Amino acid sequence: MSESAQAPSPLIPLPRGPVPQAPARARAMIEIKMDGRTVSVPEGSTIIDAARQLGIDIPTLCFLESLTPVNVCRICVVELEGSRTLVPACSRKAEPGMVIQTDSERVRLSRRMVLEFLASSVNVSTAPMFAEYMKRYGARPERFGASPATVAQMPKIDNDLYVRDYAKCILCYKCVEACGTDAQNTFAIAVAGRGFSAHIATEYDVPLPDSACVYCGNCIGVCPTGALMFKSEYDLRLAGQWNESRQTRTDTICPYCGVGCDLTVHAQDGKIVRVTSPVDHSVTHGNLCIKGRFGWQFVEIQPAPKKS
Amino acid sequence: MLKAVRKGAKMYVIDPRRTTSAQWADVWLGLDVGTDIILANAMGREIIAAGLTNARFIEHATSGFEAYKKFVEKFTLERAERETGVPAEVIRQTAHAYARAEHAELCWTLGITEHHNAVDNVLALINLALLTGHVGRYASGINPLRGQNNVQGGGDMGALPDRLPGFQHVENDELRGKFERAWGAKIDPKRGLRLSEMFDAMERGELTALYVMGENPVDSEADRHRARKLLGGLGFMVVQDMFYTETAALADVILPAAAGWCESEGTVTSSERRVQRVRAAVPPPPGVRDDVEIIFDLARRLGHDWGKPNSEGLWNELRQLSPIHGGMSYRRLEELGGIQWPCYDETHPGEIYLHGRLWATPLIGPRAPFSAVEFAPPKDALDAEYPMRLTTGRRLDSYNTGVQSGRYSSPLRQEEALELCPEDGARYNVREGEKVRVSSRRGSVIAPVRFDSGLRPGLAFLTFHAHDQVATNDLTIDAIDPKSGTAEFKATAIRIEKCQEN
Amino acid sequence: MDLHLTEARATAAEQSAVDKILGAPASGWDGGERNVATDSRAAFGGHEARSRRHLLLPALHAVQSHIGWVSPGALNYISVRLDLAPAEAHGVASFYGMFSLTEQPAVVAHVCDDIGCLALGAGAVCGELEKKLGPAGSACLGGRATWKRSTCLGLCERAPAAVITAAGEKPRERVVAPADAGAIQLLMQDGVAGKLPAEPDALNIRASVPQAGRPELRLLKRVGQVDPASVEAYQGAGGYEALRLALDMGPEAVVREMIESRLLGRGGAAFPTGKKWEALLTQRGQGRTHYVVCNADESEPGTFKDRILMEGDPFAILEGMTIAGLATGAQKGYIYLRGEYPLAGERIAHAIGAARAKGLLGDNILGRGMRFDIELRRGAGAYICGEETALFNSIEGYRGEPRNKPPFPTQAGLFRQPTVVNNVETLVNVPEIIRMGGAAYARIGVGNSTGYRLFCVSGHAVRPGVYEVAFGATLRQIIELAGGVGGNGRLQAVLLGGAAGGFVSPKELDTPLTFEGTRAIGASLGSGVVMLFDDSADLQQILLRIAGFFSHESCGQCVPCRVGVVRQEETLKRLVHRRPLGSPAEEIGLLREMGQAMRDASICGLGQTASSALESALNRWRLFS
Repeated sequence: MSESAQAPSPLIPLPRGPVPQAPARARAMIEIKMDGRTVSVPEGSTIIDAARQLGIDIPTLCFLESLTPVNVCRICVVELEGSRTLVPACSRKAEPGMVIQTDSERVRLSRRMVLEFLASSVNVSTAPMFAEYMKRYGARPERFGASPATVAQMPKIDNDLYVRDYAKCILCYKCVEACGTDAQNTFAIAVAGRGFSAHIATEYDVPLPDSACVYCGNCIGVCPTGALMFKSEYDLRLAGQWNESRQTRTDTICPYCGVGCDLTVHAQDGKIVRVTSPVDHSVTHGNLCIKGRFGWQFVEIQPAPKKS
Repeated sequence: MLKAVRKGAKMYVIDPRRTTSAQWADVWLGLDVGTDIILANAMGREIIAAGLTNARFIEHATSGFEAYKKFVEKFTLERAERETGVPAEVIRQTAHAYARAEHAELCWTLGITEHHNAVDNVLALINLALLTGHVGRYASGINPLRGQNNVQGGGDMGALPDRLPGFQHVENDELRGKFERAWGAKIDPKRGLRLSEMFDAMERGELTALYVMGENPVDSEADRHRARKLLGGLGFMVVQDMFYTETAALADVILPAAAGWCESEGTVTSSERRVQRVRAAVPPPPGVRDDVEIIFDLARRLGHDWGKPNSEGLWNELRQLSPIHGGMSYRRLEELGGIQWPCYDETHPGEIYLHGRLWATPLIGPRAPFSAVEFAPPKDALDAEYPMRLTTGRRLDSYNTGVQSGRYSSPLRQEEALELCPEDGARYNVREGEKVRVSSRRGSVIAPVRFDSGLRPGLAFLTFHAHDQVATNDLTIDAIDPKSGTAEFKATAIRIEKCQEN
Repeated sequence: MDLHLTEARATAAEQSAVDKILGAPASGWDGGERNVATDSRAAFGGHEARSRRHLLLPALHAVQSHIGWVSPGALNYISVRLDLAPAEAHGVASFYGMFSLTEQPAVVAHVCDDIGCLALGAGAVCGELEKKLGPAGSACLGGRATWKRSTCLGLCERAPAAVITAAGEKPRERVVAPADAGAIQLLMQDGVAGKLPAEPDALNIRASVPQAGRPELRLLKRVGQVDPASVEAYQGAGGYEALRLALDMGPEAVVREMIESRLLGRGGAAFPTGKKWEALLTQRGQGRTHYVVCNADESEPGTFKDRILMEGDPFAILEGMTIAGLATGAQKGYIYLRGEYPLAGERIAHAIGAARAKGLLGDNILGRGMRFDIELRRGAGAYICGEETALFNSIEGYRGEPRNKPPFPTQAGLFRQPTVVNNVETLVNVPEIIRMGGAAYARIGVGNSTGYRLFCVSGHAVRPGVYEVAFGATLRQIIELAGGVGGNGRLQAVLLGGAAGGFVSPKELDTPLTFEGTRAIGASLGSGVVMLFDDSADLQQILLRIAGFFSHESCGQCVPCRVGVVRQEETLKRLVHRRPLGSPAEEIGLLREMGQAMRDASICGLGQTASSALESALNRWRLFS
């Protein structure tokens, strides 16, 4: 139909053009002092960025590189000279001339209390970093006695893909962010209620299959405590067969659509047991859809010939 | 896309159905199936009439503008409203918003390409990008979204009837000569057959043997009856697949293949031309081999010992022969998390968008041509006997014919059903869940009914994910676009009758 | 967005309640009747549809007040109308105490059992109601009414207090204070019969502002003297003179006067008002929308001064805000009013309408081309929304969770735009400052505590009420103004600044109630609460009630506060009930550690001050030995 203009011949390759660039803004450097050392970071960096540059390990629970910092767990607080209160390292931007202590007595007390508050109210048995942090800060949650208020409750198992065990929820908001504005934009879950009764919920606590959930599993991907878990993992754990020392992790690309999401395949004894995605990968920053996250089972199940 | 929307980008969705994407849109344009060219040409006309073209870009980098301008004169907004169903004012607003935006992208999927005039549909959209200069710049462009993890990679590697790896044309003697020298073999200098042409060749008795790798044409081709008949009538068919598919059931030889994404090593290319590594995470089941191993063995049986297959070695051979992959060593692919072609050498970062040459001064390479594309309605015309338009598509949790995705338990999955708007439900006196017979000029199926108010009277929807429930491709037409070889899955004329057994 | 709704659908009454706020739906996609011909060809939504999220609270209020609860169907309808996920809408609705997400009787009596009312017999009132109507929360009067215990209702000068709400086509609210069980029950019966009387038109001024009519008053001068419903009366009493002056002076000069006045915010944080205004003034011309927000979410237990100002002199607040709008380049102001203040809400709403009609708000104020308008927003039962960033979230239709600062409101406040937030009392000072000049104002008071200050005297005082003094008066003088110690006449303790403030002992009565004076004794002025307790009051029970208040009102966002306030209450209970873990001293040590973590690591002032009253008491008395 193109009688009006001559299309270039497909036989001849097109010449190379200039290499395209994404626009980038120059960022000034900011100098701050941390634990007596001087560090220089680009404008817009947070205190935790600066700490990492110095190799200082600041504990985090609700922080994840791929999510907007909500600074709610407060375990990352540091002491900032001139500030009445401690400040959250995960979200507070570095400002020129800041003088920061990352491990002062005041800091250690708040971190210890945060750990004691959480460990006394939440089941942290499957939260990988908790034991180490508790040791580091000398947390003794038993100080609150034998029967402090907790969030104990039965796990919610209302579908074949997810288990939601909110007895293990520290209310870090990560799943809500991943379900909402930071990744999936599905908004199947939100924080509901207030105070100690605040919890993650669908509207009126309807079961997940009645909610807007699209089973992308991105909430599971960001959950720091195992409150959200793949059913496949939950079942293996329940049967006492989950064994991470026998597992391999291999990065590959999702077999479904053309987005090209990076998958980390976790295999135990040569069988896939779960699929995750690295948050630092540039394509989807750890986010997947239902097919990428759960659609691998065709590799493991021996299909019967389909009848026609 | 939603990330961009969240940051303030406006989204216009043009789709016969009000899909989930359309529900996020600032404006949804519910056009009739197959009237895309009218809409695009009317937008082009409006952009010109309102003086919103990028005259400098048109002058600098395009050809054929005057002819295009004359040609689209007849595509008035009024005509567009009449023939697409979308109010003229909404088309006008959309044209203005597109033309005025500092950055704008046109993205499409199979709603544009699964038509008998697929390439013309695409050309009509390209015209809009050329009119406004929304191409070859950061955050602007034309973007076909790929539905499969390596459909781009297949093309990259020369799995096209007229191309060698790196899109080098087989009929270019110099390029072909390069491959012949590297491989020490002669290559047929004439282009081969497209999939659709193969079926015609089978019909004519010219094509009698077929080697099918990882494809299930019995279920996936339009007009399934014809596909099954022709494939079943072949003299010899080999199927190499992970699954015992409907197609495999017709094969003379079945070669069980490993899962490319988790049982073997190699690369795939995503929709954004990003080449990434796939790796073996688990061993394949006993007796199942990697595709490459099978091909190497086949070569050995045919008298050529290529040694032991090695994915990196094969990849490096490709890098020697395909300039756009030259700089993509395994090491760099790993370090950079994939590279977008073209990447000519190991200092080249890859390219985040194409066609930047159109903005270079002086212009590099040939001008980008406008194309005057005429509208042609869907081949399967509606009439008194087949008064409803059936269009097809996909669902989030499923994939193609369901051989992969049908094997996990999805809480989202519902029984396949013919979707109708509630008004059509009332018109045909059917309730949700009741069964109807759906007939086209080629076949007929029985399906339960489900209501979707995203549809309008006269428009029905099915997927082909579950042919064991509803064999959708028994209905579809294999009207093929002569330029791309794609069938018109998106437009079938059907009739609906309520089943007696309800 | 792609909404996924449960099957529940709104009733006609629920839809109509929502439509009163949001208008009729524009199409079938917007929740209206489907018109296939047009709806199936185009739909509009996206950013524009989602930009109405700030109407979520008004819509929820409409359903709550007309229907009596927010049903899944009503929530779904609101979600469609605002293009908002129902889980999000539910998360917001469930945050606020005034929204019920389960079906409840249409008539509800909210009976205050907070510290102020507790000191004056709220316990007995609740006990009697329990006998007459059954336990709190249970249905009574034929299943058509119920009663609930409530945190402070801001009616402390007339304690004990209650508010009765009756949902229906014509929703009604009615305050009863001082309340007894009989009066509450009668009003509930009226409500059930659909005859709940409206609020009385006139404030009982003697009960609330004992100084009313005295010539030296500045902030309270019109209260009880000038008809709060008449803009003409306000103008006749000198109202809007300051706005005229300000228009003549221009924004820079107004800000200069405000800075010179050294007025410190009266909401509790005591930040220099002029500095805030200046921060916006200097950001003019950067293409951002500026806002003025009046923080009228007065919820600190024992505080009721802002309510009195709103009920008694609403135009003064509007005038102050309009001057703020002029000075800061804002064209839009919001008054965020505490949900439990029905009469103040009526008065303010009426005043806004009257001011608009008179050209005192709108596109051409006083014919001078100035553009400024005010919108009234009601809170919905969340103390935390008095925190300014939580207040922004609440107006914007989110959970009232405080934001981390920085950025400060003057940089990124309401709708992330530069915003000035001023307390009601602060704004009432503004016309005074403009009239007398900043320098003259700064000469009133002592030190950095310039100007006038309102104190809310309650508890065991002879004449509880709001009192105005020039800064410098001592605690003893304030108590004398209020007629001295009431109750049995033997003062045990004074709570200064409310639940977030601290206790002082009778030995500290000569402390000047200035910012400096209170700081010197480790106390704070806060919102001007002076609550007296005679020596019959059980201080341990009062501390327990304060701890319970914070457990109830913590938003739940950050760990130190969410869990800390609960552990604090648990520990205190163990001490009060003489069942300590280890020794009482160990428990007190634990309380102090928790207190430090809450103070140091909580996001906002609520957590940071949740232990201050308790610690102030521990510092002054040997309570648990």
